[in-house]
Parts: sequence; structure tokens; C-alpha cells
Amino acid sequence: MSTEYEAVIGLEIHVQLSTRTKMFCGCELSFGDDPNVHTCPVCLALPGVLPVPNRTAFEYALKIGAALDCELATVSTFDRKNYFYPDNPKAYQITQAARPFAVNGKLGDVRIHHAHLEEDAAKTIHTGGSGRIKGSDASLVDFNRGGTPLVEIVTEPDLHSGAQVREWGQLLRATIKQLGVSDVNMEEGSLRCDANVSIRPVGSTELGVKTEMKNMNSFRFIERGIDAEVARQKALLEAGEPVVQETLHFDPATGELHSLRSKEEAHDYRYLPEPDLVPVVPTQEMFDEARNSLPELPADRARRYEDLGVSEQAALLLSFETEWAGYFEEVLDAGDSLEPRVVANWVTGELSAELRRQEDRPLADSNVPPASLAALIGLVARKKISHGAGKTVLEEMVSTGADPETVVADKGLEQISDSGELEKIVLQVIEENPKPAEQVRAGNEKAIGALVGGVMKATQGRADGGEVNRLLRQHLGL
Amino acid sequence: MSDIELLAASGAETAAMISSGEISAEEVLEFWLGRVSGDQLNGYLWKADNEAALAGVNVDGGALTGVPLAIKDIFCTEGVPTTAASKILAGYRPPFTATSVRNTAAAGMPMLGKTNMDEFAMGSSNENSAFGPSLNPWDTGRVPGGSSGGSAAVVAGGLAPWALGTDTGGSIRQPAGFCGIVGLKPTYGSISRYGMIAFASSLDQCGPLTRNVTDAALLLDVLQGRDPCDSTSVGIEGGVSAPSADRLDGLRFGVPRALIGEGIEAGVLARFEDTLIRIADLGGEIVDIELPHAGHAISAYYVLAPAEASTNLSRYDGVRYGLRSSDEDLLSMYEVTRDDGFGPEVKRRIMLGTYALSSGYYDAYYGRAQRVRTRIVEDFNTAFSEVDFVVTPTSPTVAFKLGEKTADPWTMYLSDVFTVPISLAGIPAISIPAGLAEPDGGGPELPVGFQIAAPAFAEQGLLEAAYALETAIRFDGSAGLAGGAA
Amino acid sequence: MIDREQVLHVARLSRLRLTEEEVDTLTGELSSVLDHVDKLAEVDIEGVEPTSHVVPLENVLRDDVPVPSLDRDVALSQAPDPHDGAFRVPSPQAEA
Ligand SMILES: [Mg+2]
Ligand SMILES: [Zn+2]
Repeated sequence: MSTEYEAVIGLEIHVQLSTRTKMFCGCELSFGDDPNVHTCPVCLALPGVLPVPNRTAFEYALKIGAALDCELATVSTFDRKNYFYPDNPKAYQITQAARPFAVNGKLGDVRIHHAHLEEDAAKTIHTGGSGRIKGSDASLVDFNRGGTPLVEIVTEPDLHSGAQVREWGQLLRATIKQLGVSDVNMEEGSLRCDANVSIRPVGSTELGVKTEMKNMNSFRFIERGIDAEVARQKALLEAGEPVVQETLHFDPATGELHSLRSKEEAHDYRYLPEPDLVPVVPTQEMFDEARNSLPELPADRARRYEDLGVSEQAALLLSFETEWAGYFEEVLDAGDSLEPRVVANWVTGELSAELRRQEDRPLADSNVPPASLAALIGLVARKKISHGAGKTVLEEMVSTGADPETVVADKGLEQISDSGELEKIVLQVIEENPKPAEQVRAGNEKAIGALVGGVMKATQGRADGGEVNRLLRQHLGL
Repeated sequence: MSDIELLAASGAETAAMISSGEISAEEVLEFWLGRVSGDQLNGYLWKADNEAALAGVNVDGGALTGVPLAIKDIFCTEGVPTTAASKILAGYRPPFTATSVRNTAAAGMPMLGKTNMDEFAMGSSNENSAFGPSLNPWDTGRVPGGSSGGSAAVVAGGLAPWALGTDTGGSIRQPAGFCGIVGLKPTYGSISRYGMIAFASSLDQCGPLTRNVTDAALLLDVLQGRDPCDSTSVGIEGGVSAPSADRLDGLRFGVPRALIGEGIEAGVLARFEDTLIRIADLGGEIVDIELPHAGHAISAYYVLAPAEASTNLSRYDGVRYGLRSSDEDLLSMYEVTRDDGFGPEVKRRIMLGTYALSSGYYDAYYGRAQRVRTRIVEDFNTAFSEVDFVVTPTSPTVAFKLGEKTADPWTMYLSDVFTVPISLAGIPAISIPAGLAEPDGGGPELPVGFQIAAPAFAEQGLLEAAYALETAIRFDGSAGLAGGAA
Repeated sequence: MIDREQVLHVARLSRLRLTEEEVDTLTGELSSVLDHVDKLAEVDIEGVEPTSHVVPLENVLRDDVPVPSLDRDVALSQAPDPHDGAFRVPSPQAEA
């Protein structure tokens, strides 16, 4: 019998803070500008310069700590982490090792070991050969990004599958986005995720040898990368081969894992307390501000929506996207006693699909104000129009911004409420479709679908589905 | 106004001549630039011309306007070569100016030039300069001390009325002592470190090297202050003013007898004892004190300072400025550049510091040294509950001969045995000339420094005591003044 | 005491390509300095907090207000190999 394995995954997530200036100097933060236009003696690490920490960065960090339910440190200090690399101009990164600003938190079912503040590295761009470097390639260093404030969040190894990492990662991203302290844009690198992956026999409490997966730029890729790595480790162990501690890169195009070649001997970061900085001892005011300014966080919001009767899936979708949640609530407020479950389905289902279909429009650019959607949902709920007609109306609303009542009137979509008129059409459809009618009479209830479709077509979707069904069954003797 | 008078004048006296109209600021600058151009001491690594000397200088800067200043080449000066006496920074011109130099320029003081030093301030003799040692104006066969040896030599040798230096473990006080001038290391945090090339960040402090205590006070007042660019700067509340005390009544001077023993030259000890008698003559009380852990200060220092230095000097990597010796590949760029660019003492300390911080050794070296530092801080706290000042010789010897101590690093390190404990405690101390003494091996008499240390931020009291003592000692530095220029 | 191997390891960490002669000299010098420094073991440090700072300061923070950056020409003016507005270095791929 083969051994069952479970994956044990811990994450290190780097979040770029959206302050105006860098962590230790007054250079403006930027994305996509020409190289080296946002540098100064401090972030170029010229001789003689000294760092001065950004107050807002510290305040943002405290908010993250509070949102992750961490204990916020009463004294926090900075350390130097030493390593040579061209993107690290001082050859040490100022970070927090001994006393980070936040420890022992929790988000969802994952414990947070700690969160610390640090500075981002610069960007190196690999280029082709250069004249001066014999036969080999060169890199160009751009210090614009160097010194951007980062919060690094380190979880306990509480995750067990790629899918769980993706879901939890999305919750984390939504939570931080809600705080307004980061763009959390993975493609632009304002959110970066490394995963430590190991496997162990189910029931064992020992941790296996872990590998580190670096910098994957979407949670979908992370899920696939982790799944691939877990499978690789299982195959190794099953073949009786050891897992080797290494850093891996997942190529989403090929689905392959590559070992990042490291000629470096084992890292020895030679941490030491940063003598150029004094401790941060947040005032009660700073703590209060961090804790009291917290908005409703996604996890809490999802729970509240579910309590309103919204389906779990819709509740999560809405909670992870602040903008959509806001829109949802506005529709709910604008409508006249609409059911939250129904509104959530319209927003996350029909509206979202229609926006995507029409040029992938973001919600912010949509032509449909919340009150209009509320009116539309009201029309369907009060059976003024059928659900199908509702979708036709929505299509028009998204494309032109028209008012739903107007569209209904213009297109004559109002539901046939005169049951005499509907009955006539039903009888006509039965007559014109003798074959399915006979099948239904013979007891094949499924065949009724074709007849319903026929009625809908004849009424251009203006009939109420339930009523059509009732009349068909009545006249077919069911 | 004769040249002799101008040469002998202190900063304060020169300022007074300018403000009384006896001489113009232009004439003063011309005189001093002329002296600088005749530098026989290798005291300057870069010499200003008239235009460069006045760049950025406030011509209406207050009482000290027009009194020029020499600046240790560890301070960044915009557009002006700044090397820290290292080959790795040869030709480097910073795009900004250190806060302390901005402050002296704002006070109206022209810059005469950048003075020689031990490479990255690592050394006690100036022999670690990549550009050759600066020489002692009292005897050019001898060292001026270090690391601010160039600054001490040019002030003592009549090549500048006063100068800026930096002190990490004694680098202002020891050369001041060797050259027969006054050197003040203020409380850590008094003066901004911004733009001062870092050696050991938790110890480095800027300070004045001057002809007398009054000048030290005046220059300190210009330099001190909280700087938003330096998170560790505090300033001195209320600033400092020119001292005027003539007595030491009621003041207690602690002598750590156990520290002042082995390795001290007879002549140095004799001048030290003379000075204690003078203190008593002026009404001060001499008290024996214990600094039980001060004997370990050199050991702790030679872990902590190199450790900080090893990380501070990692930025010299050939990427953004300074020397790049190899383009072969990334690792060669780093390794060849750094091996090429740094001198032997700097490499020694980088190695020592890296070792002390490396995995497996941190607790035994760095962690332990930090705790010994705590003990030393406590020792001084205890001492200052009993006494107002702690006094020692500045150095165990007078200026030694060039090459005399280069063979064994530890022998050289012991030159700072009296200055280092004070640096670790972060407290202020001043070295004033206490007379002349013959070296142990015989030869012409050389200056001896007397060190007075005070509690943190007690600079005013320290300067008052030093002033009263200086007035009583009446040291004559004219033999040095004659030695600087051809 | 520090041996040759350790000296080479530390040199690698320090990014110093020492000559054979330097390795020999440093092995001796560092060993002798460490012999002195090892006397720190005599000090009782039981329960003593480390000192990394003597300044009586905390919470020195800067307002999040931009200040002008350097002109790029100035930023690159001291660079050994400026190229296309950036600092050019040998590629890490070329690391042998
Ligand atoms: Mg990190
Ligand atoms: Zn900057």
C-alpha cells in the first residue's frame, strides 16, 4: 500500500505600500517611468547618506497588522540584512528581523507568523551583450523602485493545496486592497508571493524538506505551480529519492519547474541592528488609528452577505472586490424591498457577464447606475417582464445606458399578463408541433421543453415561464 | 596686521580682527590659501582655490564670517573630490554636501581644502591613507595621529586656523594630543552625521580641531543641532557658548587609576600628574574611580566598529560610483574591485567585522561585545554619580615614529586605550595640550594630550573646565606652527 | 584563532578576492587580534541587555512628502559604466 502524503505550504508575501514617497528617502514612487529618474543620494546609497523612515509607511503597516489580527509591537526596530547584488545598493537591505511591527496574527484559517517593514530592491533588466563585457551579457540597474516601502507577511505553514493558496491569497489581496494601503497588483509587482512547499506522510507532524517557489505573478499560476511542485515531490519520494532544498521557478507557459541556479554559497545574511535608525515606539494614537480606521474586511463582509441570504459563492465574489460590493449595496438600497440573494445573482451573474461580453468593460465605466439595475430587477421580480426579457433589457442598458422601463416599452417586452391570449398561443404551438406533443402525452415529460421554447419564441420571451408550463401541462393532460 | 600675527591667531581672534576692520575677509582667505599651497605635511588631499573656497558660503554668516576652515576628507562636499583617503573613491565628486559643512558655510566659513586621514577613518597614525601619511608638524619623522591626522597637522602646523574631524574611537582626540592642539568629540548625536562617510555608525561623531578651547566651543555651536536627515541626531539643547571659567572649585575629577598603568610613557604620565596638580590648584578635587570594564573596551570596540564598518563599506561595489577594476563577470566586479580599492587596514577590519557577524559567531563576538558595551556605559553612569569629569591622558604615548607601529595591528589599536571607552559610552570628551614630554626612546620633546570626559550633553561644563585648565597650563604651540609650510 | 579556510570563507562573504599573500598575512593578523578579543569571555554579561544605541531617541519619522530627486545625469555622473540611463553591470548569468 502506498503512503498518502499531504502538502505543507507557508507563504511569504511582499506588499508594496502605496505611499507617495520611498521608505527611507523623499523620492516619489512611480511605476513605468524612465529608468533612474526617481533617485537621490539616499536611495543610490552614496557615501555618507542616512535613512529616515516614512511615517505613513509605518502607519500603513500597522493597519495591515491590525487587519491580520496581529499583536502590534510596542517597540519595533530595524535591522540590516547583508547581501551583495546590483539591485541592493547598500549591499544591505534595511528590514525588521528581531522586532517586527506585528506578530501572531490570523486571516481566515491561516495563522500569520509575523509581518515586517522593509525596503524594496531596485530593478535589473537583463540586456544583450555589451562591448565592454567580453562575450557575455550585461544587466542594467534602474533604482526607481529601489527603496519602495514593503510589508512582508509571513504565514505559518498552514496551507495544504494549490487551490487553498489561491483562495487564501485572494482573500489576503482583497483584505489589503480594502485598507487602501497598496495597489496589490500582482502583474505590476505590488503584490508578490513566494511559497515554501514540502510534503509529509498524512498523520506525521514533522516537516519535510522544503523548496521555495519565487515570485509568481498571479494566484492562478501559484496554484498550478504549487500543484506541480507537490506532484514532483511525491514522485521523488515514491521513487525513493530525496527532495533537495532549492529555489524553483514555475513557468506557466510550459507548466515546468526550473531550479534557479545559485552559485552562491549558502546565504549568510549577517543581520545586525541598524545603527542609523532609532526604535519605533508607536503612540497610543497610532495604535488607535490603525485599529479604529479598519473598514469592514472581506471575510466579515462575506459573512454578513451570507446572513442576508446571499449564496456563498456570490458573497465571496462580492467581498473580494470592494467596488462590486459597493455597487451591490447601492442596488440593494435603491430597490424597493428586493431580495439580497436575487440582487447578488444579478450583479455577479448577469451584469458581470454582460460587461465582460461588451468589450470587457470595468464596472467603473459601466452605463448602468445602481438605481437602473434595481429598477430592472424590480420589473422581473414583479413579473412585469420575464427573466429572459430582463437579460435583453440589460444588454441594451449596458450598451446605451437606457432606462429599463423605456427599453421594455420600446421593444414591447412586457410580459403577456392576459392568460386568454397566452392560452391561444399555447394551443397553437401544440398544434404546430404534434411530435413532441405526442411524446409528452405518452409520458416523456422532458419533451415539454421543445414546446416551452416554441411558446417563448412565439411571444418573443414575453411569457412567464411558469404560466407557460402550467398551460401546456393542462392542455396535454398531465 | 602681520602675517605672523594672523598665523598665530585663533579662529575667534581672526573673527574679531575681521569684524573690527583690521583686516578684510578676502585678505584672510588669501593668506590662508597661500599657506595651504605651501603644505609640507601632506595635510591636504585637495586644496581649494579662491572660488572653490567660497562656493556656497554665506558672506553674511554672523560672527565667524570669513574665518576659513579645513575639512577632513570624510565629509561629502558637492562637486569637490571626496575620497575618505581611499583608492576606491579616487576621483569621486559627491552631488551633495554634508550637513556639518553646510552649517559652517552658512556661518560664513570658507573651505580651505580637504584634509588627509586614515582610509575610511580606520587608523591612529594616518599611515593608512591611500595617498601617503600626513606628517606631524612638531617632527615630520613622526605621525600626526589618526584618523583625523591631516586636520590635526594642518591646524597645528599653521595651514588652517581650525578644522573639522571625526572621531569613532579617538580619531579627533588622539591626533589633537599628538599635535598639541585641542580636539573635541561631542556627545554622540550632537552633530548630524549626514554626509559624513560612515565608518562605524553607532560611534562616528563629527567635532572640531582647534588652537584653543574657545574655538572648540564656537565651532561646536555652529555644528551642533538636530538634522532631519539624520534620525540619530539630537543637537545640544541651548547650544554652547564661549567658556569663561577661571576656577574649578567644587568640581570633582575622577581618575581611573587601574586603566592608567601598563604601556604608558613616563613623560606622558608625568604631564598627566602635573595636570592633576593644576586641577587641585584651581580648586578642583581629584578622586580615584573605578571603571571596572574599561579595560575590555578595546576588545569590544574591535568587534563592534569593524562589524558596523563591514556593512557600511559593502556599498563600494563598483556599480554606481568609484572604482571598478573588473568587468569580467559580476563576482569579479565585486571581488577584484574591492580587493584593489581597499587598503590593508580596511580589509583587515572588513574581514574581522564580517567574521564577527557571520553565522555561528554572532553571539560569541558581536552579541557579547554589545553587552560589554552596556557594562561600560553603566561604569560611566556610576562614575558620574560621584564625579563631574573623568580624566586620563589622551594617549599612552606621544607621537610615534612613522612605521613604528605598523607591524602589529593590536599595538596600534592600543594607542586608543583611553579614548575608546568614552566612544563606546557615547559621551563627550576633549583633549587639551598638557605640555611637552620626551618619548620613552629619547628625542626632542613632543606634545602630550590631557583628556577630560563629561556626561552626555554636558558640553558646556566640559568646555568651562577645559578652558580654566588651558588658561592655567599656557601651552605654547608655536614650535608646531612653524613646521607646516615651507 | 581563525584558519585559512575560514579566512577564505569570510573573504568570499566580504567580496574580497585576496591574493595568496594576503590570505597568509590575514590569517596570522586576525588570529592574533581575535586572541585579544576573546578575553571578552571574561566579562560577566549574564542578564545584560545589548547596547546598539546610546541616543535617547525614538519615533524619528519623516512626513510622506516628496522632495525633488536628482537629475538623472547627475545620478549617473559618477558611474563606471552608465548606459541608456541606467547603471550597467556584468550580468549575474556570467557569474562563473
Ligand atoms: Mg523580504
Ligand atoms: Zn531617494
